[in-house]
Amino acid sequence: MSEDLCFSTISELSRLMDSGALSAAELMGAVISRTKQVDGRIRAFNSFDETDALAQARASDERRARARAAGGDARSRPLEGIPVGFKDVISVAGQPLTASSRMLAGFVSPYDATVTRRLKDAGAICWGRLNLDEFAMGSSTENSAFGVTSNPWDLERVPGGSSGGSAAAVAAGEATAALGSDTGGSIRQPAALCNVVGLKPTYGRVSRYGLIAFASSLDQIGTFARSVGDAALVLGAIAGRDRRDSTSVDVGVPDYAAGAAAHAKSGRRWRLGIAKEYFGEGLDPEVGAAVQAAIDEYRALGCEISEVSLPHTKYAVGTYYIIATAECSSNLARYDGVRYGRRSERTTDAVDIFFKSRAEGFGPEVKRRIILGTYVLSSGYYDAYYLRAQKVRTLIRRDFLEAFARVDAILTPTSPTPAFRKGEKADPLAMYLNDIYTIGVNLAGLPGISIPCGFTRAGLPIGLQVIGQPFKETELLAVAGAYEGRCDWGRRRPKL
Amino acid sequence: MPKPQDLKLDHIANLARLDLTEEEKARFATQLGDVLAYVAQLNEVDISGVEPTAHAFPVVNVWEADVPEPGLSVEDALRNAPARRGSMFVVPRVVE
Repeated sequence: MSEDLCFSTISELSRLMDSGALSAAELMGAVISRTKQVDGRIRAFNSFDETDALAQARASDERRARARAAGGDARSRPLEGIPVGFKDVISVAGQPLTASSRMLAGFVSPYDATVTRRLKDAGAICWGRLNLDEFAMGSSTENSAFGVTSNPWDLERVPGGSSGGSAAAVAAGEATAALGSDTGGSIRQPAALCNVVGLKPTYGRVSRYGLIAFASSLDQIGTFARSVGDAALVLGAIAGRDRRDSTSVDVGVPDYAAGAAAHAKSGRRWRLGIAKEYFGEGLDPEVGAAVQAAIDEYRALGCEISEVSLPHTKYAVGTYYIIATAECSSNLARYDGVRYGRRSERTTDAVDIFFKSRAEGFGPEVKRRIILGTYVLSSGYYDAYYLRAQKVRTLIRRDFLEAFARVDAILTPTSPTPAFRKGEKADPLAMYLNDIYTIGVNLAGLPGISIPCGFTRAGLPIGLQVIGQPFKETELLAVAGAYEGRCDWGRRRPKL
Repeated sequence: MPKPQDLKLDHIANLARLDLTEEEKARFATQLGDVLAYVAQLNEVDISGVEPTAHAFPVVNVWEADVPEPGLSVEDALRNAPARRGSMFVVPRVVE
């Protein structure tokens, strides 16, 4: 029973809590014991605050009891009593915020991120700080300064990244849902590798106030969940314009779950695009076969499948590693050892403090990206690298918008391979190429979702990516939900 | 397009205010050389007449009324300071 609770969806748990058969405190207790039981092997969490989580759960139970006593709806809030984990780059007031970096060891958030405040308003329990590649730079969670997270489906393998802790926690039953951030695939790729749903909303859909910045023209907060319906519930809670993030867009927030359900009921026949550029060299045959099988399921549902062309796809990784590193070199300039973060004790003057604190605080991948980004922005190289990359970005985005004139959504593999072994991709470029199918979505600012679509013979999860049109998350979730309704791979549990 | 060997690590590390060890310089030179050789393929793309994209959905002129409101308290702002004295951040001496 206790383990079942840890693998239930938000809607299942809400029904139990609405009926009075389950309390939020019992649910939180079950998730805490599960975490204590398995996290020694998974290491999804950087830290968690058991006392605080249980206090939040009891407060949730009191809200429910008060609503019931008042004769109202026991479930006035969409996420009442649901434990949601946080990638350790999103601020929760009073809790640690490390970005899995020595630079921020010991830092405590002075305020809530907007997504945090909105989750609290929706009744959710803020649960645990989840591991990541340092400052969200990486695709395996091996770049964390505090330890490597294991894939719950094979402990010798990586969970993907950079939001590997969030994906692994949901996959291992240590959180009902979790927030992550996605700059080049950091939600979708680990979701695919861990057999969970991972949603990256449209750029501007969700406020980033209180998110540690990596590459500001690409970063977007999104969610990991056990089902497409759960992802819709979390998105509905966190989306919307925020005056504290001027890049958040003033587009109304619909009821995503109800909207997707309406599409399902109407039996809408989606026009779905397949881009040959996403099925070329480097694609693992078993991943390719599983994605083809998923496309056949859509065909069986009556969807119209057609080929689309995204000719600039091969330039996406190169474009990304210029733009993302340029922006990171600027964003990470704030870590100077003066007002917060690590300060070197070997320093004597006020300038040296920058050089030494940063040398001590940052790990190798962060340093590499700061150097690369500083270089492509430096005098004499800006036009050749940064400006050229921004122009290629225009062409990549244009490819997608032209395709969307003919199709509602595009289907691709999420990752070219299933989870790889720890230490297997020691070469940075090999690691970067792992993001080849997810990066274009960020450059174009589109919403994308990864959903489970099968397993390899060795038992490793495979993800299907659905790419949607800007601000049409309802349609994206409906397309994803149509497949999930036929092939519910996400309900499988790893043996731990 | 510049060549990968144009990357002068001492100069760039100085711009980035980041001390690198000799070992890091040697390793980064090789690794970033590979990355720069890879991104050189962007030279193949015809970008004539193409406008750069800075943000996928440009949002311009987001105005806010200039009204003071409560922010972080001094105590909250100083809580993560590496060194403080009273209500101030302490840094090494700047002026001789």
